[in-house]
Amino acid sequence: MHVPDGFLDAPTSVATGAVAVVAVACSLRGARRELDDRTAPAAGLVATFVFAAQMINFPVGAGTSGHLMGGALAAVLVGPWTAVLCLSVVLVVQALLMADGGITALGTNITLIGIVTVVVGYGVFVVLRRVLPKRLGMVAPAAAVGALVSVPAAALVFTLLFAVGGNVPVDLGAVMTAMLGWHTVIGVGEAVVTGLVVASVVAARPDLVHGARPLLVERELELRTGVAR
Amino acid sequence: MNTRRLFAVALVVSLLVAGVASYYASSHPDGLEYVAEQTGFIDSAEDSATVDSPLADYQTSGVDDARISGGLAGVIGVVVMLLLSTGLFWLVRRRGTDDAGSGDVDSDDARPERAHQSEA
Repeated sequence: MHVPDGFLDAPTSVATGAVAVVAVACSLRGARRELDDRTAPAAGLVATFVFAAQMINFPVGAGTSGHLMGGALAAVLVGPWTAVLCLSVVLVVQALLMADGGITALGTNITLIGIVTVVVGYGVFVVLRRVLPKRLGMVAPAAAVGALVSVPAAALVFTLLFAVGGNVPVDLGAVMTAMLGWHTVIGVGEAVVTGLVVASVVAARPDLVHGARPLLVERELELRTGVAR
Repeated sequence: MNTRRLFAVALVVSLLVAGVASYYASSHPDGLEYVAEQTGFIDSAEDSATVDSPLADYQTSGVDDARISGGLAGVIGVVVMLLLSTGLFWLVRRRGTDDAGSGDVDSDDARPERAHQSEA
Protein backbone atom coordinates (compact mmCIF):
# COMPACT_ATOMS: atom_id res chain seq x y z
CA MET A 1 0.00 0.00 0.00
CA HIS A 2 2.83 2.39 -0.74
CA VAL A 3 1.07 5.65 -1.58
CA PRO A 4 2.55 7.38 -4.67
CA ASP A 5 2.89 11.14 -5.03
CA GLY A 6 -0.29 12.81 -6.27
CA PHE A 7 -3.00 10.74 -4.54
CA LEU A 8 -3.26 13.18 -1.62
CA ASP A 9 -3.16 16.98 -1.76
CA ALA A 10 -0.37 19.12 -0.30
CA PRO A 11 -2.03 20.09 3.03
CA THR A 12 -2.80 16.43 3.82
CA SER A 13 0.73 15.38 2.89
CA VAL A 14 2.19 18.12 5.09
CA ALA A 15 -0.05 17.01 7.97
CA THR A 16 0.95 13.34 7.69
CA GLY A 17 4.56 14.51 7.33
CA ALA A 18 4.24 16.32 10.67
CA VAL A 19 2.67 13.23 12.27
CA ALA A 20 5.57 11.14 10.98
CA VAL A 21 8.22 13.56 12.27
CA VAL A 22 6.66 13.67 15.75
CA ALA A 23 6.25 9.87 15.85
CA VAL A 24 9.84 9.24 14.76
CA ALA A 25 11.14 11.75 17.34
CA CYS A 26 9.13 10.06 20.13
CA SER A 27 10.27 6.65 18.91
CA LEU A 28 13.93 7.68 19.02
CA ARG A 29 13.42 8.38 22.74
CA GLY A 30 11.25 5.33 23.40
CA ALA A 31 13.51 2.92 21.53
CA ARG A 32 16.37 3.65 23.93
CA ARG A 33 14.55 1.54 26.52
CA GLU A 34 14.11 -1.34 24.06
CA LEU A 35 17.62 -1.41 22.59
CA ASP A 36 20.83 -2.61 24.19
CA ASP A 37 24.05 -4.16 22.91
CA ARG A 38 22.22 -7.39 22.10
CA THR A 39 18.89 -6.14 20.74
CA ALA A 40 20.27 -3.29 18.59
CA PRO A 41 21.77 -5.65 15.96
CA ALA A 42 18.61 -7.78 16.16
CA ALA A 43 16.53 -4.70 15.37
CA GLY A 44 18.76 -3.91 12.39
CA LEU A 45 18.16 -7.40 11.06
CA VAL A 46 14.39 -7.13 11.62
CA ALA A 47 14.30 -3.92 9.57
CA THR A 48 16.41 -5.59 6.87
CA PHE A 49 14.15 -8.65 6.79
CA VAL A 50 11.02 -6.48 6.53
CA PHE A 51 12.60 -4.67 3.55
CA ALA A 52 13.32 -7.99 1.85
CA ALA A 53 9.89 -9.44 2.64
CA GLN A 54 8.17 -6.36 1.22
CA MET A 55 9.64 -7.27 -2.19
CA ILE A 56 7.51 -10.43 -2.24
CA ASN A 57 4.08 -9.59 -3.58
CA PHE A 58 1.73 -12.54 -3.21
CA PRO A 59 -1.38 -12.82 -5.40
CA VAL A 60 -4.69 -12.32 -3.61
CA GLY A 61 -7.02 -12.93 -6.56
CA ALA A 62 -8.69 -10.92 -9.32
CA GLY A 63 -5.38 -9.57 -10.59
CA THR A 64 -4.42 -8.03 -7.27
CA SER A 65 -1.45 -8.64 -5.00
CA GLY A 66 -0.22 -7.68 -1.57
CA HIS A 67 2.94 -7.92 0.50
CA LEU A 68 3.92 -7.97 4.14
CA MET A 69 3.81 -4.59 5.86
CA GLY A 70 5.67 -5.88 8.89
CA GLY A 71 4.56 -3.41 11.58
CA ALA A 72 3.06 -6.04 13.87
CA LEU A 73 5.95 -8.43 13.19
CA ALA A 74 8.62 -5.86 14.05
CA ALA A 75 6.74 -4.62 17.13
CA VAL A 76 6.41 -8.12 18.62
CA LEU A 77 10.05 -8.99 17.83
CA VAL A 78 11.83 -5.80 18.90
CA GLY A 79 9.25 -3.56 20.59
CA PRO A 80 6.82 -0.93 19.27
CA TRP A 81 9.08 2.16 19.44
CA THR A 82 11.88 0.36 17.62
CA ALA A 83 9.34 -1.03 15.13
CA VAL A 84 8.29 2.50 14.10
CA LEU A 85 11.97 3.25 13.42
CA CYS A 86 12.44 -0.06 11.52
CA LEU A 87 9.54 0.68 9.20
CA SER A 88 10.61 4.32 8.77
CA VAL A 89 14.09 3.28 7.62
CA VAL A 90 12.51 0.74 5.23
CA LEU A 91 10.18 3.39 3.76
CA VAL A 92 12.94 6.01 3.39
CA VAL A 93 15.23 3.53 1.59
CA GLN A 94 12.36 2.39 -0.65
CA ALA A 95 11.35 5.96 -1.54
CA LEU A 96 14.87 7.28 -2.16
CA LEU A 97 16.57 4.25 -3.69
CA MET A 98 13.79 2.19 -5.28
CA ALA A 99 11.26 4.93 -6.18
CA ASP A 100 8.69 2.82 -4.30
CA GLY A 101 6.26 5.18 -2.60
CA GLY A 102 6.32 8.92 -3.32
CA ILE A 103 8.68 11.49 -1.81
CA THR A 104 5.95 13.97 -0.82
CA ALA A 105 3.94 10.89 0.25
CA LEU A 106 6.73 9.67 2.56
CA GLY A 107 5.00 11.10 5.64
CA THR A 108 1.76 9.41 4.58
CA ASN A 109 3.51 6.07 4.09
CA ILE A 110 5.31 6.31 7.46
CA THR A 111 1.96 7.17 9.07
CA LEU A 112 0.12 4.23 7.46
CA ILE A 113 2.75 1.49 7.26
CA GLY A 114 5.06 2.63 10.06
CA ILE A 115 2.67 3.95 12.73
CA VAL A 116 -0.88 2.62 12.21
CA THR A 117 0.20 -0.99 11.67
CA VAL A 118 2.53 -0.87 14.70
CA VAL A 119 0.00 0.77 17.04
CA VAL A 120 -2.91 -1.45 15.97
CA GLY A 121 -0.91 -4.65 15.52
CA TYR A 122 0.96 -4.35 18.81
CA GLY A 123 -2.15 -3.11 20.64
CA VAL A 124 -4.16 -6.17 19.59
CA PHE A 125 -1.16 -8.38 20.47
CA VAL A 126 -0.87 -6.96 24.00
CA VAL A 127 -4.61 -7.35 24.66
CA LEU A 128 -4.50 -10.98 23.45
CA ARG A 129 -1.39 -11.74 25.51
CA ARG A 130 -3.29 -10.56 28.58
CA VAL A 131 -6.37 -12.68 27.77
CA LEU A 132 -4.76 -15.87 26.44
CA PRO A 133 -3.02 -18.52 28.58
CA LYS A 134 0.39 -17.27 29.73
CA ARG A 135 2.37 -19.62 27.51
CA LEU A 136 5.13 -19.02 24.96
CA GLY A 137 3.06 -20.95 22.42
CA MET A 138 0.48 -18.16 22.47
CA VAL A 139 2.93 -15.46 21.32
CA ALA A 140 2.89 -16.33 17.60
CA PRO A 141 -0.92 -16.71 17.29
CA ALA A 142 -1.42 -13.40 19.13
CA ALA A 143 1.10 -11.72 16.81
CA ALA A 144 -0.69 -13.20 13.78
CA VAL A 145 -4.06 -11.80 14.86
CA GLY A 146 -2.46 -8.40 15.50
CA ALA A 147 -0.98 -8.56 11.99
CA LEU A 148 -4.33 -9.56 10.48
CA VAL A 149 -6.09 -6.55 12.00
CA SER A 150 -3.26 -4.09 11.27
CA VAL A 151 -3.60 -4.25 7.48
CA PRO A 152 -7.29 -3.26 7.10
CA ALA A 153 -6.66 -0.67 9.84
CA ALA A 154 -4.03 0.98 7.64
CA ALA A 155 -6.43 0.72 4.66
CA LEU A 156 -9.12 2.43 6.74
CA VAL A 157 -6.79 5.29 7.69
CA PHE A 158 -5.76 5.72 4.04
CA THR A 159 -9.44 6.00 3.08
CA LEU A 160 -10.02 8.62 5.77
CA LEU A 161 -6.99 10.60 4.53
CA PHE A 162 -8.31 10.26 0.97
CA ALA A 163 -11.72 11.54 2.12
CA VAL A 164 -10.02 14.64 3.54
CA GLY A 165 -7.34 15.28 0.92
CA GLY A 166 -7.90 13.07 -2.13
CA ASN A 167 -6.98 14.84 -5.36
CA VAL A 168 -9.77 13.18 -7.37
CA PRO A 169 -13.44 13.32 -6.38
CA VAL A 170 -14.55 9.68 -6.46
CA ASP A 171 -17.20 7.67 -4.62
CA LEU A 172 -15.72 7.33 -1.13
CA GLY A 173 -18.05 4.51 -0.17
CA ALA A 174 -16.70 2.44 -3.06
CA VAL A 175 -13.11 3.29 -2.09
CA MET A 176 -13.80 2.32 1.54
CA THR A 177 -15.46 -0.99 0.66
CA ALA A 178 -12.78 -2.01 -1.83
CA MET A 179 -9.87 -0.93 0.40
CA LEU A 180 -11.19 -2.78 3.45
CA GLY A 181 -12.18 -5.87 1.44
CA TRP A 182 -8.88 -6.36 -0.39
CA HIS A 183 -6.74 -5.46 2.60
CA THR A 184 -8.55 -7.94 4.82
CA VAL A 185 -7.51 -10.63 2.34
CA ILE A 186 -3.95 -9.24 2.26
CA GLY A 187 -4.11 -9.23 6.08
CA VAL A 188 -4.47 -13.01 6.03
CA GLY A 189 -1.12 -13.21 4.21
CA GLU A 190 0.33 -10.75 6.73
CA ALA A 191 -0.94 -12.97 9.56
CA VAL A 192 0.57 -16.14 8.06
CA VAL A 193 4.03 -14.61 7.51
CA THR A 194 4.02 -12.88 10.92
CA GLY A 195 2.88 -16.03 12.73
CA LEU A 196 5.51 -18.23 11.06
CA VAL A 197 8.41 -15.83 11.62
CA VAL A 198 7.47 -15.09 15.26
CA ALA A 199 6.97 -18.81 15.97
CA SER A 200 10.43 -19.57 14.51
CA VAL A 201 12.22 -16.93 16.59
CA VAL A 202 10.28 -17.89 19.75
CA ALA A 203 11.32 -21.51 19.18
CA ALA A 204 14.99 -20.58 18.72
CA ARG A 205 15.46 -17.73 21.20
CA PRO A 206 12.37 -16.63 23.18
CA ASP A 207 14.55 -14.26 25.23
CA LEU A 208 15.19 -12.21 22.06
CA VAL A 209 11.46 -11.71 21.36
CA HIS A 210 10.31 -8.46 22.95
CA GLY A 211 6.67 -9.56 23.15
CA ALA A 212 7.58 -12.87 24.84
CA ARG A 213 9.69 -11.39 27.63
CA PRO A 214 6.89 -10.83 30.21
CA LEU A 215 5.98 -14.52 29.87
CA LEU A 216 9.58 -15.62 30.49
CA VAL A 217 9.83 -13.51 33.65
CA GLU A 218 6.53 -14.89 34.87
CA ARG A 219 7.63 -18.50 34.36
CA GLU A 220 10.82 -17.92 36.28
CA LEU A 221 8.90 -16.42 39.19
CA GLU A 222 6.56 -19.41 39.28
CA LEU A 223 9.51 -21.78 39.44
CA ARG A 224 11.01 -19.89 42.37
CA THR A 225 7.71 -20.02 44.25
CA GLY A 226 7.65 -23.78 43.75
CA VAL A 227 11.13 -24.13 45.17
CA ALA A 228 10.28 -22.01 48.19
CA ARG A 229 7.42 -24.28 49.13
CA MET B 1 20.78 -21.41 18.95
CA ASN B 2 23.40 -18.84 19.80
CA THR B 3 22.87 -15.21 18.96
CA ARG B 4 25.50 -15.06 16.26
CA ARG B 5 24.05 -18.03 14.39
CA LEU B 6 20.50 -16.68 14.62
CA PHE B 7 21.64 -13.32 13.24
CA ALA B 8 23.51 -15.08 10.41
CA VAL B 9 20.38 -17.09 9.53
CA ALA B 10 18.27 -13.89 9.49
CA LEU B 11 20.75 -12.18 7.16
CA VAL B 12 21.00 -15.14 4.77
CA VAL B 13 17.19 -15.46 4.65
CA SER B 14 16.88 -11.72 3.89
CA LEU B 15 19.48 -11.95 1.10
CA LEU B 16 17.77 -14.99 -0.44
CA VAL B 17 14.31 -13.41 -0.23
CA ALA B 18 15.44 -10.09 -1.77
CA GLY B 19 18.02 -11.52 -4.16
CA VAL B 20 16.38 -14.72 -5.42
CA ALA B 21 12.75 -15.21 -4.34
CA SER B 22 11.77 -11.66 -5.35
CA TYR B 23 11.98 -12.73 -9.00
CA TYR B 24 8.93 -14.93 -8.45
CA ALA B 25 6.84 -12.23 -6.75
CA SER B 26 3.45 -11.41 -8.25
CA SER B 27 3.58 -8.51 -10.70
CA HIS B 28 -0.10 -7.71 -10.27
CA PRO B 29 -0.93 -4.24 -8.91
CA ASP B 30 -1.06 -4.15 -5.11
CA GLY B 31 -4.29 -3.61 -3.17
CA LEU B 32 -4.13 0.18 -3.22
CA GLU B 33 -3.20 0.41 -6.92
CA TYR B 34 -5.98 -2.00 -7.82
CA VAL B 35 -8.58 -0.04 -5.83
CA ALA B 36 -7.31 3.19 -7.42
CA GLU B 37 -7.78 1.66 -10.87
CA GLN B 38 -11.26 0.33 -10.06
CA THR B 39 -12.59 3.49 -8.42
CA GLY B 40 -10.93 5.92 -10.83
CA PHE B 41 -8.13 7.80 -9.08
CA ILE B 42 -5.09 5.91 -10.40
CA ASP B 43 -4.36 8.69 -12.92
CA SER B 44 -3.64 11.15 -10.10
CA ALA B 45 -0.48 9.15 -9.30
CA GLU B 46 2.68 11.03 -10.26
CA ASP B 47 6.15 9.68 -10.92
CA SER B 48 8.40 9.91 -7.90
CA ALA B 49 11.27 12.40 -8.05
CA THR B 50 13.56 9.38 -7.68
CA VAL B 51 12.11 7.55 -10.70
CA ASP B 52 15.49 7.85 -12.48
CA SER B 53 17.37 6.25 -9.58
CA PRO B 54 19.67 3.45 -10.79
CA LEU B 55 17.63 1.03 -8.64
CA ALA B 56 14.16 2.42 -9.43
CA ASP B 57 11.37 -0.15 -9.30
CA TYR B 58 13.79 -2.74 -7.84
CA GLN B 59 15.65 -3.09 -11.15
CA THR B 60 19.34 -2.29 -11.61
CA SER B 61 19.75 0.03 -14.57
CA GLY B 62 22.14 -1.20 -17.21
CA VAL B 63 21.57 -4.87 -16.36
CA ASP B 64 19.43 -6.52 -19.03
CA ASP B 65 18.76 -9.93 -17.48
CA ALA B 66 15.62 -9.40 -15.39
CA ARG B 67 16.59 -12.05 -12.85
CA ILE B 68 20.04 -10.54 -12.22
CA SER B 69 18.79 -6.95 -12.42
CA GLY B 70 16.11 -7.50 -9.78
CA GLY B 71 18.25 -9.77 -7.64
CA LEU B 72 21.12 -7.30 -7.59
CA ALA B 73 18.78 -4.44 -6.65
CA GLY B 74 17.41 -6.57 -3.81
CA VAL B 75 20.85 -7.48 -2.49
CA ILE B 76 22.04 -3.85 -2.65
CA GLY B 77 18.87 -2.82 -0.83
CA VAL B 78 19.47 -5.42 1.89
CA VAL B 79 23.07 -4.24 2.41
CA VAL B 80 22.00 -0.58 2.57
CA MET B 81 19.19 -1.47 5.01
CA LEU B 82 21.53 -3.47 7.24
CA LEU B 83 24.10 -0.68 7.46
CA LEU B 84 21.58 2.14 7.95
CA SER B 85 19.29 0.46 10.45
CA THR B 86 21.96 -1.29 12.51
CA GLY B 87 23.94 1.95 12.61
CA LEU B 88 20.87 3.89 13.76
CA PHE B 89 19.92 1.36 16.44
CA TRP B 90 23.51 1.11 17.67
CA LEU B 91 23.52 4.90 18.18
CA VAL B 92 20.09 4.92 19.85
CA ARG B 93 20.69 1.95 22.20
CA ARG B 94 21.12 2.53 25.91
CA ARG B 95 24.62 2.19 27.13
CA GLY B 96 25.74 1.48 30.61
CA THR B 97 25.30 -0.45 33.74
CA ASP B 98 22.95 -3.44 33.68
CA ASP B 99 23.29 -4.72 30.13
CA ALA B 100 26.83 -3.64 29.41
CA GLY B 101 28.95 -6.58 28.37
CA SER B 102 26.00 -8.85 27.64
CA GLY B 103 26.80 -8.64 23.93
CA ASP B 104 29.54 -11.25 24.06
CA VAL B 105 28.75 -14.71 22.81
CA ASP B 106 29.55 -16.61 26.01
CA SER B 107 26.95 -14.94 28.16
CA ASP B 108 24.41 -15.20 25.34
CA ASP B 109 24.87 -18.93 25.10
CA ALA B 110 23.81 -19.38 28.70
CA ARG B 111 20.42 -17.81 28.07
CA PRO B 112 18.48 -20.19 25.80
CA GLU B 113 18.82 -23.07 28.22
CA ARG B 114 17.35 -21.07 31.04
CA ALA B 115 14.56 -20.02 28.69
CA HIS B 116 13.79 -23.58 27.65
CA GLN B 117 13.72 -24.81 31.21
CA SER B 118 11.30 -22.12 32.14
CA GLU B 119 9.12 -23.12 29.21
CA ALA B 120 8.76 -26.70 30.43
